[in-house]
Amino acid sequence: MPMKRKHKRLTFVMIGVSLVGVAVGLVLFALGDGVSLFHSPTDIVVKKPSPEQRVRLGGLVEEGSVLREEGSAVVQFKVTDLEHSVQVVYKGLLPDLFREGQGIVTTGKVVDGTLVAEEVLAKHDENYMPPEAVEALKQSGQWKPDDGAERMEMAK
Amino acid sequence: MHRFANPTRFLKLAAIIQPWVAGITLGLFAIGLYMAFFTAPPDYQQGESVRIMYVHVPSAWMGMFCYAAMAVASAVALVWKHPLADVAGKATAPVGAAFTFLALATGSLWGKPMWGTWWVWDARLTSMLILLFLYIGYMALQGAFDDRARGARASAILALVGVVNLPIIKFSVDWWNTLHQPASVIKMDGPSIHPDMLWPLLIMAVAFKTYYVWILLVRIRQELTANKVRILRLKQVHGG
Repeated sequence: MPMKRKHKRLTFVMIGVSLVGVAVGLVLFALGDGVSLFHSPTDIVVKKPSPEQRVRLGGLVEEGSVLREEGSAVVQFKVTDLEHSVQVVYKGLLPDLFREGQGIVTTGKVVDGTLVAEEVLAKHDENYMPPEAVEALKQSGQWKPDDGAERMEMAK
Repeated sequence: MHRFANPTRFLKLAAIIQPWVAGITLGLFAIGLYMAFFTAPPDYQQGESVRIMYVHVPSAWMGMFCYAAMAVASAVALVWKHPLADVAGKATAPVGAAFTFLALATGSLWGKPMWGTWWVWDARLTSMLILLFLYIGYMALQGAFDDRARGARASAILALVGVVNLPIIKFSVDWWNTLHQPASVIKMDGPSIHPDMLWPLLIMAVAFKTYYVWILLVRIRQELTANKVRILRLKQVHGG
């Protein structure tokens, strides 16, 4: 029995949409990490990019690693994925959300294992809470400032 | 469903529903905006800037929702040739485009103080910009032919091709490293947003959706009336 025109068109549309889906899926799969905005500290440590190459590094600001030089805008800190960490030096204003334990993304060139940053961006996490709720969590001992760190672990 | 695909029957029904939808929309916006501005607490990290979220997130959802609606309308128009489907798709596009733009603009305003930049080419932001371009392409293609039916067909095909972008937007933050934070509301282990903030957000999201229904009814009625006028004019010219 010949197909009704309606059904023919439906089949055509469905096959078309799935083909486009597969094609785009393959392209994105091939691009892979190229689509990612930044590299992890482990990537930087393992791949050792050349000093001419601009790289984007993302991770958490290591607790206790932030050093500010007296009387200048130079800041030094370490970015970690809890496996490896990379020393970063930056001169300029930091975004409001920059703090120890915070996720950040920084762009610059790696010279002798130190990333000389041109830009530091703060990453915000997916947790939204009023300050009182954070206080309550801290008092009951359920506060986990490393939620972001856990997520980075899982993402690997 | 075939019953309501009849334009005459639709017009009758739309005239009854429209004032109700308008009332519900205004009521929800009043409650949602009041909660967003006054009762919702500031965030422990973002402070008062968090209030941008009550417009940003519903706008982004609307941008994607409208695209899905437009794609379904396009598929129905291509396959079943329902007279209302083309009109519905055409009526949805500018609404979706406007909300996608709003999501990008409010995100940018939030990004500057929080991230330290207005814009970054990460997967989420880029795929959202592509969504805006898809809307613009859809609208441009519709008007690009002298024959309106051909324009409708071409734009419907573009709308269907662009559907592939929707899962990319949603999962971009999981598949790749992005500056944009991962999902807070629609995710496997429940929302990671405090109930005092979640409620105003959800009310705003529903308000945006009822606004869409309202504006869709207005635009479809207007488009059907315009079609009628055009047919009458043609009759006048040819019938003399």
